[in-house]
Amino acid sequence: MAKSKISMAQEFAKGLWKENPILRMVLGTCPTLAVTTSAINGVSMGLAVIFTLVMSSLIISLLRKIIPNEVRIATFIVVIATFVTVADRTIAAYYPEISKSLGPFIPLIVVNCIVLARQEAFASKNPVGRSVIDALGMSVGFTLVLLVMGSFRELMGNGTVFAHQIMPLSFQPWMAIALQPGAFLTLGFMIGLSNWIIAKGKRV
Amino acid sequence: MNKSLRLVLVLTLTAVLSGVILAVLNMYTAPRIELNANKTLSEAIGYVLPGNQKCDVKVVDDVTFYIGKDAQGKIVGVAFVAEGDGFQSRLKILVGMDPAMTKIIKIKVLSQAETPGLGTKIESDPTNKTDALWFHKQFFDLSASNPITVVKGKTADKSQAQIQAITGATISSKAVTDIINAAIAKNRTLYLNKAK
Repeated sequence: MAKSKISMAQEFAKGLWKENPILRMVLGTCPTLAVTTSAINGVSMGLAVIFTLVMSSLIISLLRKIIPNEVRIATFIVVIATFVTVADRTIAAYYPEISKSLGPFIPLIVVNCIVLARQEAFASKNPVGRSVIDALGMSVGFTLVLLVMGSFRELMGNGTVFAHQIMPLSFQPWMAIALQPGAFLTLGFMIGLSNWIIAKGKRV
Repeated sequence: MNKSLRLVLVLTLTAVLSGVILAVLNMYTAPRIELNANKTLSEAIGYVLPGNQKCDVKVVDDVTFYIGKDAQGKIVGVAFVAEGDGFQSRLKILVGMDPAMTKIIKIKVLSQAETPGLGTKIESDPTNKTDALWFHKQFFDLSASNPITVVKGKTADKSQAQIQAITGATISSKAVTDIINAAIAKNRTLYLNKAK
């Protein structure tokens, strides 16, 4: 991985599709399933992860030559936890409504495997610029999946997207999609669809 | 450098730096977070006690009473937080009552995490296009002389202090009613005997 010769643009793009953290690597499914009850929740969660992942990758990449191998995971967690707390307190101070609806899931980004995995697999072995681009690609890929899932579940469960009425008022909300079973069904179909598209691409 | 010394040094430095960053951040955000919480509470008090101009806070036996007064200093009502278990979460409901504690003026659900789309209707019901707040509005101007009861499958009679249950969320509906009944029964004697 350290000797990768792919361009910066490819480094960014791989997180969006080819190595998408949710669809291809199936990491961080806990927040994905839990917070995508509405589009705004999904996007807020995504933004918090973008901030945490980019900042953590930046710092870890800067410190990669100083951090002893034996305590690397502990150091990663301290750095990640710091940025998660910064994000959590800032949201609580300036966007109390979002903070209330995301509840414990912002603090739980600390144990989000996407964030830790990028430090272990990438930022601790690559130069700063490349690490930040990688972190950006991965977290934007995560956010896009959350946006699609949140919008779909809000549309089906409530007839709205970002609280705008999309469906006709006579639309009978499909409550199961907004509840927990709908989270698993939606994610399952999205992973299935991405597998199908990739398999189809290989056959051609 | 000694290997184990380096381990201790790097980890300690990271932790200290992190501590400093968080302490500075807390200095800026803590007052705002507290302000938000106070604002939410004072808005809720204004909601359940219409006509409230200034509010006295009185604590009796661990129960906090918010005594709302109008511009002339006349008591418009008393509010307190009723708390208890719902179907799957802790419910906190602010109850506003008349000064004699015989009638509910208004209530407001402060916090709940009931089943999305079913139990959450105790706070707001987006599927009811005429009035999303229909459930908790049933408690407005409701007599509290006798315990409030929940009915389902038939129309609730307000003069009998009856509340219509939410379809699919009978337990949440009953929990709200039970919590309010218990809090009123407990707080009425407390307020009339000690806080008045």
